[in-house]
Amino acid sequence: MSALLIKGGRVIDPSQGLDAIADVLIRDGKIESVGTNLNAAEADIFDATGAIVAPGFIDMHVHLREPGIEHAETIETGSKAAAAGGFTTICCMPNTIPVNDSATVTSYIVQRAHQVAKVNIFPIGAITKGSLGEELAAIGSMCEAGIVAISDDGRPVMNARVMRRAMELARALNIPVIDHCEDLNLSAGGDMNEGVESVRLGLGGIPSSSEDVMVARDLLLAEQTGAHFHVAHLSTRRSVAMVAFAKSRLLKVSCEVTPHHFAITDQELGAYDSNFKMKPPLRCHADVDAIIDGIVSGVVDAIATDHAPHAGSDKMQEFERCPFGITGLETALGLSLAELFHTGRITLMRLVELFTTGPANILQLNRGTLKPGVPGDVTVFDLDTEWTFDVQQSASKSRNSPFHGRRFRGGPIATIVGGETVSCRRPYGTENN
Amino acid sequence: MPPGLLDIESLTREEIAALLERTRFFQPQPNESYRRLDTLKGKTIVNLFFEASTRTRVSFEIAAKRLGADTLTIAAQGSSVSKGESLVDTLNTLAAMRPNAIVMRHAASGAPHFLARHLHIPIVNAGDGTHEHPTQALLDARTILDRLPTLEGLRVAIIGDIAHSRVARSNVHLLSKFGAEIVLCGPPSLLPRELEQLAPGVRLAYDMTEAIRGAGVVMMLRVQLERQHEAPMAAGEYFRFYGLRLDHLALAQPDAIVMHPGPINRGRELSSEVADSQRSVILNQVENGVAVRMAVLERILSQ
Repeated sequence: MSALLIKGGRVIDPSQGLDAIADVLIRDGKIESVGTNLNAAEADIFDATGAIVAPGFIDMHVHLREPGIEHAETIETGSKAAAAGGFTTICCMPNTIPVNDSATVTSYIVQRAHQVAKVNIFPIGAITKGSLGEELAAIGSMCEAGIVAISDDGRPVMNARVMRRAMELARALNIPVIDHCEDLNLSAGGDMNEGVESVRLGLGGIPSSSEDVMVARDLLLAEQTGAHFHVAHLSTRRSVAMVAFAKSRLLKVSCEVTPHHFAITDQELGAYDSNFKMKPPLRCHADVDAIIDGIVSGVVDAIATDHAPHAGSDKMQEFERCPFGITGLETALGLSLAELFHTGRITLMRLVELFTTGPANILQLNRGTLKPGVPGDVTVFDLDTEWTFDVQQSASKSRNSPFHGRRFRGGPIATIVGGETVSCRRPYGTENN
Repeated sequence: MPPGLLDIESLTREEIAALLERTRFFQPQPNESYRRLDTLKGKTIVNLFFEASTRTRVSFEIAAKRLGADTLTIAAQGSSVSKGESLVDTLNTLAAMRPNAIVMRHAASGAPHFLARHLHIPIVNAGDGTHEHPTQALLDARTILDRLPTLEGLRVAIIGDIAHSRVARSNVHLLSKFGAEIVLCGPPSLLPRELEQLAPGVRLAYDMTEAIRGAGVVMMLRVQLERQHEAPMAAGEYFRFYGLRLDHLALAQPDAIVMHPGPINRGRELSSEVADSQRSVILNQVENGVAVRMAVLERILSQ
């Protein structure tokens, strides 16, 4: 039996409103206690003096590309990137080959994760068969096999009637419906945010309205069905406002935002660099401001990366030909500290909440907390170490990040999953790093 | 000026003025052909056309040959592009044969900019998707200045499919840098409102008579059916509302000229009478294309 004692860090646990210098003791893979001057003779010691000790971070929106697209990422490499980024738990979207629309694929992912993954992995199942938007997938069986939500991420359900049926079923199964809100007719032919920049660059525009009309539709369906509707990677000011309105009406609605959508705008892809191409696209300053306001006010429930690895050969193409998506697991915390905390917009407690209790509550995971008895997942990070992101050193199999060479202040130090240190950035003079 | 010529937007007014002035040196006298020079003797220029083109391709070829350069032209069909080779690999392969410059046309906006980041060889943009067509704007400016004293304060109406037009974007940037007043006109779906913020001095009009009134230059654009996802208006209405007829010209300045980058669609963008009228400088544009491209190639390759 093993034990790990994380000593002397500033423990921040939003689930208990805790912010104090304390020790965290993990025994046999579970949190045993949090307190001052804890002792456990047989425990390995992790000296966290000067660092923040938080419940393990959860990224509820990741693409692992396995099965089927293993040249871009695998469950193993994706989990390593997650560990390097401070995440102890990630949820993988179903757009693999084959699509995760059956218990068979779900079980494969769960088993494969047990064999090779560094962090906890929870699959998200497809809403429709093949994510084709027509016929419901085997949602009940996938639930039994371990999915925590349903989504046709990347291939949104255009048929409102199908979405209604999916929401009814999801409500009965007590799982959220995560929608990548995009009206495919409005966004057709688009490669970047529609606005002055798309007109200037001669690239097809993706209007904000393509997101907004789907958020509106889904909110109405959620009100009708009583389902829990979760907006994936929300990117527009009007969608922030609509979610806020829905929350004021006490609908079961939640939303996530990605670091890139609050860190950069559509003005930064001037050189037709495909590492700035993703869906939803980078929006304009007014949208970024509204998203950050939404984070501050509490409208936004979680930060999620939408980590979307693509092989170099796919991204090394003309802008309008390359696929959408960027990696994000290893830069999420650094970007959040830079844009939200160091700017004074939110407290550390709120920042930790967005990575822990936020996603844990949406997905009803018994994680994201340091309460005794829960799995011993802990993220240790610091606020001031200066470092530069080198995409060539990334643990991901892919290199498609717009943040190569960006300087950060503060980031992950250690990622502890079930009491095991799966990633450690610098030695802490302990027996296990 | 950086090596190559990717777009007008990143050029300064002075750089453009120098190119336009140098173009005059290459313009032939009436009834004369282009002079044959040996400025670029021993240089090799590859023309790489991923999109069909007649006038631009031929114009670049003649310009290079008149300067004494060796040229070869590759059309995308029949090249390794159709065998699945990526654009970067194709260009790297060509670059390995050490040409001195690559002139390229491509259907994707920003394709030359993307390549310029990966290749150390000057690239001349001969039209990229719906982004820019810098030598077209240069030859248009030369053509205007052959007839009118200055671009400053000149009213230019650009009419047609603005959204999909690289010619319009390059012209807007160039004319704006010289203080022209630009009126962009077309049906709403081809005239995004954000165009107004593209450069200083731009305004939009949906009504053609409003656009043409008082204009010194009327520039018509080709309807780019191949780039439109849906019809901008009901079939048959386009020429009625956005086709240029002789009677429109009465609204323009008495000495106003009509331009078109070609190829023209008689009866779609402009009536046959307009195309053949004394006001039309369409063939002068084509003629100036060679001189402008000589100036550009000389500028890039004799450094």
